[in-house]
Amino acid sequence: MTVATVLEPKMPKCWRQETKPHKFCPGCGHGDILKALGTAIDELGIQDRVVFGCDIGCSLLSWDLFNCDSIQTHHGRTTPVMTGVKRARPDRICIAYMGDGGGYAIGSQHLVNAASRNEKILVIVANNVQYGMTGGQMAPTTLPGMKTETSPYGRDPESTGNPTLGPEMVAAITPDSAYVARGTMANLRQLTQMFKKALQNQIDGNGFSFVEALSACPTNWRTNAAKTWEFVEKEMTKYFKVGELKAPAKKEGQ
Amino acid sequence: MADKPIQGEKRMFMTGNEVCAYAALAANVDVMYGYPITPQNEIMHYWTRLAPKHNRTFLQTEDEISAGFTTCGGVMSGKRCFTATAGPGNTLMQEAMSMAEMMRIPAVFIIQQRGGPSTATVIYSQQEVTMTCFGANGEGLRVVYSTSSHQELFDYTIKSFNVAWKYRFPTFVLGDGYQAKMRESVTIYDPEARGIQMVDTYPLVGLPGMPGVDRDPAHLRNTYNTEEELYEVVKDLVDAYEKMAPEIVEHSTMECDDADVVILCHGIVSRAAIEAVRNLRAAGVKAGFFRPITLRPFAKDALRPIAEKAKKLLIVESSQGQFAKIVTDALYGLTTPMETIFKPGLGITSDEIVNKVKAMI
Ligand SMILES: Cc1ncc(C[n+]2csc(CCOP(=O)(O)OP(=O)(O)O)c2C)c(N)n1
Ligand code: SF4
Ligand SMILES: [Mg+2]
Repeated sequence: MTVATVLEPKMPKCWRQETKPHKFCPGCGHGDILKALGTAIDELGIQDRVVFGCDIGCSLLSWDLFNCDSIQTHHGRTTPVMTGVKRARPDRICIAYMGDGGGYAIGSQHLVNAASRNEKILVIVANNVQYGMTGGQMAPTTLPGMKTETSPYGRDPESTGNPTLGPEMVAAITPDSAYVARGTMANLRQLTQMFKKALQNQIDGNGFSFVEALSACPTNWRTNAAKTWEFVEKEMTKYFKVGELKAPAKKEGQ
Repeated sequence: MADKPIQGEKRMFMTGNEVCAYAALAANVDVMYGYPITPQNEIMHYWTRLAPKHNRTFLQTEDEISAGFTTCGGVMSGKRCFTATAGPGNTLMQEAMSMAEMMRIPAVFIIQQRGGPSTATVIYSQQEVTMTCFGANGEGLRVVYSTSSHQELFDYTIKSFNVAWKYRFPTFVLGDGYQAKMRESVTIYDPEARGIQMVDTYPLVGLPGMPGVDRDPAHLRNTYNTEEELYEVVKDLVDAYEKMAPEIVEHSTMECDDADVVILCHGIVSRAAIEAVRNLRAAGVKAGFFRPITLRPFAKDALRPIAEKAKKLLIVESSQGQFAKIVTDALYGLTTPMETIFKPGLGITSDEIVNKVKAMI
């Protein structure tokens, strides 16, 4: 392989070239979100201190995506594994990356309690409003009326409740030293900034950091490029408001 | 360097849970993660009192799933970490234990068995044998020490950390509520004073140097794409386990050479069995006793000739045959007649064993 860096697609420095192209479907949001995360890691210069954890779900496909020490865990259990790493090695910068099923269904008790304890880790939830890896079942985040494999007539909030509002919940149970935001793959510049602030919050030893990123799953949504973007930008944001919910005051010199 | 928590040796009179906390301290454990459940609680209670004085830490998690996984995370960070649980907590923790099997995470788990199934009692049983040895979706690639006294709780807790870190399989100290709660004499010691060197720990992640430049990144996983790929991985795990087995397998025997009846049991029931053998011998009955100390791996090679030679075997346990399944599997093909005392969740006295043996001959 020639080392013609100029000709290669721009990828974050902390991505591992040998494992590219990555394993996500074309148009998947995971790749974009992890690109924003990689850019944030690069800009903060923390690649050698990061321990990256990924869940089960399509996030697992990132197990060898970074040139960072990485642990692929079990479904919903990435938050406690990274909590354990951080508690044992406070000098590491720990990132728990998961889907909306992992974060808000099977791992919700871990999210709530890690947030309540103000664990000094960053939890990222890629919200694609359904279970991607298992073939498009309803998730806690599925929009009202939305059809999935397990809500074939559309999600009925009467019997299955309303979509989980993750950042809003985390913001409600964390102290002011936490960083909480919702970004979107439709605005990667903003998402990168959110990741940077969230990571800085951990580096500063302030508290819990949480970023939900609105994400696309064209494979299970069965949408073309235009429809995918329209759904992420128009439909999802009707329910999931993009922006910062909690941002601790900046420290000096930043 | 900070003072050693235990200097030299000390004779103490305390509960088994307290013994476990002291043993973890003596073994230089860095972090305990845990969730309250009886009869294990006092391990955490003593640890939280002792640990801060020696710069060790504790995290009370939201449940046993989290306790198991935080322990795995701590261990992968290169720290000596453990957790303790029982009964339904053991059930929840199986998930993390199976990840430890697959990823060769040298985590230590102390199990103080309580009654089952379900919530049952908080008191005593030997009903967590199958789960502790073979729980979750896996092949039982675990090291399980079944202790019978406070001294063994101390000795084997320390040993567990060394075996775990030397061979990198999850390691279990399988006690029970009686051992946990009862008080008895024990000698606690600084392992070094006994010539026991604690096996060095090392990080699996968070290594020095720039990944991708100075070294390869650690990419640790437990999921695989094809049957063939997984098969190779599991075959390697099994090979490593089988290679380790003869180096660590342990058992003890008493008067087996000329025994007509050999009593088979494990854990605290062995104490009743030893007493029974003494009484039976005094009464002229040729009884012997075999006890595996490691339930996984199992001392099959030591047991088979003894079982073959005996006229009869008697399996005694505080569960409905969980231990007997391991024994009969090891003895497949032998024809020595076998009888049992199964008392799920109930303690067993030496008199019961004596009477049963007398009825057998
Ligand atoms: C304990 C357990 N239950 C169920 C599964 C099956 N499973 C694998 S991925 C997944 C859903 C993933 O959905 P999500 O977390 O939203 O991630 P996505 O694939 O959408 O990114 C499920 C239920 C599992 N691996 N483990
Ligand atoms: S199934 Fe969906 S979430 Fe998974 S990789 Fe494909 S597009 Fe992405
Ligand atoms: Mg999803």
